[in-house]
Amino acid sequence: MRMVLHFDSRTVTEPVLSRTTLKTGALINILRASVGARRGEILIEVEDEKAKEVEEILKTQGVDVIELVGAVQKDDEKCVHCGACISICPTEALKFNGEKRVIVEAEKCVHCGACTKVCPTEALTLPF
Amino acid sequence: MVKSVEEINQKIREGNVRVVTAAEMKEIVAELGPEQAAKEVDVVTTGTFGAMCSSGAFFNFGHSDPPIKMQRVWLNDVEAYTGVAAVDAYLGATQLSETEEGYGGGHVIETLVEGKEVELRATAYGTDCYPRKEIVTEISLDDVNQAVMLNPRNAYQRYNAATNSSNRILRTYMGTLLPNFGNVTFAGTGEISPLNNDPEYRTIGVGTRIFLCGAKGYVIGEGTQHAPPYGTLMVKGNLREMDPEYMKGAYFPGYGATLFVGIGIPIPILDAEMAKFTAVRNSEIETKILDFGVARRGRPVVRKVTYEELISGKVEINGEEVRTSPLSSFYMAERIMNELKRQIEKGEFLLTSPVDRIPREEVFKPMRQREIRVVKSVMVKAFTISPDTGIEDAAKLIIEKGVNHLPVVKDGKLIGIVTSWDVAKAVALKKAGTVSEVMTKNVVVTFPEEPVEIAARKMEKNSISALPVVDSKRNVLGIVTSEDLSRLLAR
Ligand code: SF4
Ligand code: SF4
Repeated sequence: MRMVLHFDSRTVTEPVLSRTTLKTGALINILRASVGARRGEILIEVEDEKAKEVEEILKTQGVDVIELVGAVQKDDEKCVHCGACISICPTEALKFNGEKRVIVEAEKCVHCGACTKVCPTEALTLPF
Repeated sequence: MVKSVEEINQKIREGNVRVVTAAEMKEIVAELGPEQAAKEVDVVTTGTFGAMCSSGAFFNFGHSDPPIKMQRVWLNDVEAYTGVAAVDAYLGATQLSETEEGYGGGHVIETLVEGKEVELRATAYGTDCYPRKEIVTEISLDDVNQAVMLNPRNAYQRYNAATNSSNRILRTYMGTLLPNFGNVTFAGTGEISPLNNDPEYRTIGVGTRIFLCGAKGYVIGEGTQHAPPYGTLMVKGNLREMDPEYMKGAYFPGYGATLFVGIGIPIPILDAEMAKFTAVRNSEIETKILDFGVARRGRPVVRKVTYEELISGKVEINGEEVRTSPLSSFYMAERIMNELKRQIEKGEFLLTSPVDRIPREEVFKPMRQREIRVVKSVMVKAFTISPDTGIEDAAKLIIEKGVNHLPVVKDGKLIGIVTSWDVAKAVALKKAGTVSEVMTKNVVVTFPEEPVEIAARKMEKNSISALPVVDSKRNVLGIVTSEDLSRLLAR
C-alpha cells in the first residue's frame, strides 16, 4: 500500500516515521519526500497487512494520510501513443500493449513524476 | 508483368482492387515471392505519425474594413509570418506563444482544425490603400479564405537516433535524454514508413496524392534537407478537410513546440521490383545513434543500429542494455495505413502518378560560416593560486589584478575556484584561513577548441560568470568570462 503523508509545521519536526516503525514493526519504504521547514510531503510504501495499523498510528500523531491507489494518470484523449515517456520511467511502469498503445502498469508506478515532465502532449499527471 | 497506375485506378473504381498495409505486405512477399505478390497486390499503404517540426499553414484572412496591410500578426499570441501580402500569413508549427508557456503554432493549427476559434491580432504601419493600423478579432476555419497546410519537410525516411553521454539531463527535440547513456530515442516508423517502401522514389514524387492528417494532400516536391536515404517530402493539404484525430499540437519540454503530423502514402505495386521494395524489413533499415551530449554539429556516432533493434525496446551501448523510446506513434501509423486502405477499397481515394521525380541523390550540406569562434581566441590570462593561499592574499590579488575569479591549482592541476564573492564573504565573516576552505571544488571548465557558444551555454546553465580553460590534463591555460563572451556574441 502506498500512502502520501502531509505534515504541517508541527508534525514536520517530529520523528513521526521512526515512531511509527517502532510501534508497528512495519517496514516503511520512502519512495519520495519533499520536506520543508513548515510543511512536508512524503510518499511511503508499507506492506499491505500493516497498512491499516500504520495509517492509524500516523493519524494519531497528527499526520494527514491519503491512501494512494492507482498510478500516474494518462489522459487518453491527449495521448498519441508516441512512447516518448517509456524509456524515462525508472520502474518500467509505462509500456506498449499488444495494440502498440502506451499503457501504465499501475502497480509498478512509484509516482516519481519523471514521465509527466517529458510528455509532449501533457497527457500525464500525478493524481495528487 | 507491369501494371499502370491507371489500371489500378480502374480496379479501384470497379471495386476489385487488392490493397494491403505495408505491415501485411512483408508476409505476402515472404510467402509468394515478389513476382507473384506483384500479381496479387495492387496497392500497399504506408503510414507515419510523428512530431514534424517543419510544418505549418498558410492563411488568407480576408480584408477588414477599413483594410489593413498586416505587418505583424498573431494567432492566439503565436506570431505568423506576414511578409507575403496584406492579409496572407504563414504560421509555423514551432513558433512559440508570446504569453503562454508550452503553447505554439502546432497547437493553434490543431485548435482551428478542431473547429474552434482563435484570436487574430494584427498591427500595421498604415498606407493610403490600407489605412488601418491594428485589429483584434476572432476567426475560425470557416471565416478564412484559404487555410493550407504546407510542410517544407515531413515524412523522414529514417532519422538519427539520440542518446546522451554527458552527466546531465538533456531536453531536446528528440525528447528528454537521460544522463550517462540512460536512454535512446528514435523517430520514424521504419518498415511501414512511406519512403522506405519506395526507396528509389519511383511512385512517390511531385503530385503524388497522399493522406495528410485525414485530408487528401499532395507531395509537392522533395523536402528540405532531403538527402537519401534520409529522404524527406514537402507536402500540402487543405486544413479545412483535416481531422484533428490525425494531428496533435505538441510541446517538447525544455525544447519547444511542434506538431504531430499523420501521413499515409499509397504505393502502387507496378511490378515485382515495387513488391520487393515494399517487403523491406526493419532489420534492413539502418541508422545511427548520435551522442547529443556533445553540442556540436558533428555529433559523435555512438554506433550503427537497425530499426529492428530500436523498436525492440532496448539497444546495447558499451555492453549495457539501454531502453529506447520511439517518438513516432506506431499505433497511429497503423491506423493511418488501415484508414487509407479502407478509403481505397471503398473507391474514395484514387492514386496519382508523379508528374516529376524527386532526386535520388542529394547531400545535406553544413552551413557555410564565416568562422567558428573557439574559446582559445577569447580566453585571457588566468591568475592562479594554490590551495594554501591565505584569504587576505587572495583578496589582494583580486584587487590588484582587477579580476573576479582565481582558479586554484595544485601540482599544476585545477582543483577549485574562488570568486571575489567567496573572498568578500569570508572577509566579512572575519574568516581567516586559506582559500581551500572557501573555494568551489566542482569547477565547470571549458577547452581551448570549444566553440564560444557552448562555453556561453555552460555559464548560463550553471549560473556562473567564468570558466577556466583547461587542457586534457586539467592544466589551466586561461579563463573566459561571461563579459568577454557577451561582448563577442553581441557583435
Ligand atoms: S509521452 Fe505522452 S503522448 Fe507519448 S505515449 Fe507517453 S503519455 Fe502518450
Ligand atoms: S510517475 Fe514515475 S514511476 Fe510512475 S509511470 Fe511516471 S515515470 Fe514511471
